[in-house]
Amino acid sequence: MAGRVSLFVTCIVDQLFPRVGLAMAEVLERVGWEVDFPEAQTCCGQPAFNSGYRDEARQVARHFLRVFRDAEYVVVPSGSCTAMITHHYEDLFRKEPEWLEEARRLAPRVWEFSRFLLEVARLEDVGARFDAVVTYHDSCHALRELNIREGPRRLLAKVRGLEVREMGKTEECCGFGGTFSVKFPEVSGGMARTKIESIVETGADYVVSIDSSCLMQIQGVLARAGLPVGTMHLAEVLARQ
Amino acid sequence: MAALYQINIRKALADARLQSAIYASTGRLMDHRRHAMAPDALPDYQELRTQANLIKKHTIENLDHYLEQFEVQVAAHGGKVVWAKDGGEVVEFLGELAKEKGARLIVKSKSMTTEEIDLNERLGHQHLETVETDLGEYIIQLAGERPYHIVAPALHLTRYEVAEIFTRHLGVENETAPEKLTKIARATLRQKFLAADIGVTGANFLVADSGAVVLVENEGNARMSTTAPRIHVAVAGIEKLVPRAQDLAVFLKLLGRSATGQPLTVYTSFLSGPRRGEEIDGPDEFYVVLLDNGRTRVLADRDKRQSLYCIRCGACLNHCPVYRKIGGHNYPWVYSGPIGAIISPQFMGLTHDPWLPFASSLCGACAEVCPVKIDIPRLLLELRSEVVKAEERQPGRRLERLAFRAWAWVMRHPRIYEMLGLAAGALMGEGDGKGWLSRAPALMNWGPLRAWLSQRDLPPAGRSFRQLWRVRSARVKS
Amino acid sequence: MSREYVLHKTRTALGRNVGQAPAPAPPVRLRIPQVDVEVRLANFFQALEKLAGKTSRAGSPAEARAYVAALIGDRPAVASNAPFLRECGIPGLPSVRTDFTGREALRAVCATADFGITSADYALADTGTLVLLSSSQEARMISLLPPVHVALVPRERLLTGLDELLTLLPQPSEQTSSMVLITGPSRTADIEQILVRGVHGPGEIHVVVV
Repeated sequence: MAGRVSLFVTCIVDQLFPRVGLAMAEVLERVGWEVDFPEAQTCCGQPAFNSGYRDEARQVARHFLRVFRDAEYVVVPSGSCTAMITHHYEDLFRKEPEWLEEARRLAPRVWEFSRFLLEVARLEDVGARFDAVVTYHDSCHALRELNIREGPRRLLAKVRGLEVREMGKTEECCGFGGTFSVKFPEVSGGMARTKIESIVETGADYVVSIDSSCLMQIQGVLARAGLPVGTMHLAEVLARQ
Repeated sequence: MAALYQINIRKALADARLQSAIYASTGRLMDHRRHAMAPDALPDYQELRTQANLIKKHTIENLDHYLEQFEVQVAAHGGKVVWAKDGGEVVEFLGELAKEKGARLIVKSKSMTTEEIDLNERLGHQHLETVETDLGEYIIQLAGERPYHIVAPALHLTRYEVAEIFTRHLGVENETAPEKLTKIARATLRQKFLAADIGVTGANFLVADSGAVVLVENEGNARMSTTAPRIHVAVAGIEKLVPRAQDLAVFLKLLGRSATGQPLTVYTSFLSGPRRGEEIDGPDEFYVVLLDNGRTRVLADRDKRQSLYCIRCGACLNHCPVYRKIGGHNYPWVYSGPIGAIISPQFMGLTHDPWLPFASSLCGACAEVCPVKIDIPRLLLELRSEVVKAEERQPGRRLERLAFRAWAWVMRHPRIYEMLGLAAGALMGEGDGKGWLSRAPALMNWGPLRAWLSQRDLPPAGRSFRQLWRVRSARVKS
Repeated sequence: MSREYVLHKTRTALGRNVGQAPAPAPPVRLRIPQVDVEVRLANFFQALEKLAGKTSRAGSPAEARAYVAALIGDRPAVASNAPFLRECGIPGLPSVRTDFTGREALRAVCATADFGITSADYALADTGTLVLLSSSQEARMISLLPPVHVALVPRERLLTGLDELLTLLPQPSEQTSSMVLITGPSRTADIEQILVRGVHGPGEIHVVVV
């Protein structure tokens, strides 16, 4: 059943969390898929779109559509970037029928990583082993725009040696929200600190998510508070053997 | 230099007692709602939401028809519809009515619409005493404050603060037990009810085929306000219409549960016209004031007119992580929370509070719980792009646009993007914090960077994925 | 004229013309579950008791009368002129007053009564709700002013819920100027979210299903 996937690592993983991209590639190769990385990729355009700069977002989105036009599958280690491409490109290109068409043709081939594993690769067990206690954070875009809730948990359940503890109020936002984090830093920080409380209560060693932006926010606040909890992307957990 | 709203937000966040009051109250309301919407309590919840959305969509898109039908039906049952362009006309109507009938005292049940137009204050200028009768509203009226929450106006006050307000304004002994405070209010307000000339209410729903006003409450003050005085005036936004009495089967199931977790509130009144024939009590006169006040302008926007579907349940407030931190008084208008964030710019103008649509992490919790399925995050995103356009001449925005233009240009040129990535990596160091960046305090002072660092540490930097990928691919080949 | 202004702005905003027919409305959605009378009774009592309402089941009008008599003793009570109350012999009870002609008299009696006794046109089983339509025989104040509300409901008026009510009464405004759904005693949580009963309406409610 395996074939070829193209990685869209996202700009934040590319620049700040490259290990997530590597982990994702490792897991995909381990379960029999060929992985390529179109070098011309950059960003999906979300930062500009969220800040109200739709023209600029469109420019970047068009570049994305060109780069991945012929991909069989595009796999993305991020719920928010996936949602941007599969949901918000509709809004962006509403008045440009040709690009709208391009976006619609590509959207069904764009997959958030955990969903790709479960629904395309049809696997729950990717042969991972990780002796640790973790808790899972539901990133908002994944949860509410893509309806991703049970999937990552099923994947984590199959990791040998791993104990997964649910945190209370797992569906509360971490407070990142893109530029919101720097436009309203106190509110953003406050939201993150509330999230940290829930995390620490579980006693977990790591908090796991499918979105690096959430993890960046959470890690930043954990480090500032001097707490010994780490952050890991789902791909990094699944890559462990 | 911080803007006023930023200062106020910081104050709210620093107030530990307030934070815990807001968090606890909204948390409780969320829990109650969750129990009431559980699959065993309301198995067809999602279906009801869809239906509610469809009914509202249909009503709003044919609003003129239903307004006219409503007017005919009100008249058929002995009442009268009054049309008001804005708050001024509502005040004018009530003032003239009061003069004509020799009325001096008005009792009011809770109505956000009347808060919207500052009704009490303006009636005060006409020498009319207006007394709020919902306990929460009564408390904040005495305190001279604005409601803190659409459904729970005094959410931010402790019993001690309430006791003090009562002692100061009513001259009573200092009683802090909520039971005793409630008894004091009951006694004081009962006198007002029985002496009042006019009862002013809002309307949760206006029913077009019946000419009816539907009032939903727990205390009994709306019933009192519409039973004791001889005149009942309901003031309602034009968007409150639903087509048929039978549509209430959908809305009443959603409203109580979304707001407080109650399958039905204690009293639901369905009122059409003054008392009839042989009925012993009830008002002699019945008026419904239909208010525009900018709603027709919102109506004209195809994408954003769904803002008018709102049934004022307050669920979006309770679930909003931003509301739960900054509280109801940090929104510029009487409507707070996510619904406030989308309607305030539409009513007051985009540049009135340009920061408001950005004060959201777009988590989507609001849209998830909205009983009428208003797509709040999508509207916030639209408002953001409209604010940016409206402010394009401002130097701050000009700079921002320049930055995003440059960013977009870089993102379309992968090799430049890669080079800049390398440069940034060098500046920040190989994740050991010893790069040039960490020794450039001036750079650390730059707006967004400083904002980030005020709350959390920076992520460590190192080589980019594409660099590592090349290394990996080379290794794999060899 | 503001009427013309508002209507005109509405039509312009929607791109509709004067007198234009509306698009077809979504069909009415009413679902009436099939529920046996005994189950309905059980549900009704359970729902109302959860709200601190007091419930009782009377096998006959005489039993209902006995319950009410025991409840009110010789304390002042006001009762409506509902035929069903007469059937149960309520007006005959010593401390019950039904003699009020006009609103002022009614108010005076209600203001000093400890109990307000009414019938109910319907009851809704799933929420523990009473449905009162105001009429010449059922005044509004009786279920509102006194601190305790006592309602007597004939068993056959117990419906499954709101959907059934609105199916039987698609146009309540044809019957009455005021239909009130009463679900439990008056309450508030406006002070620190702490529940207090008996704010403006009755703090205690008794329902006897006959």
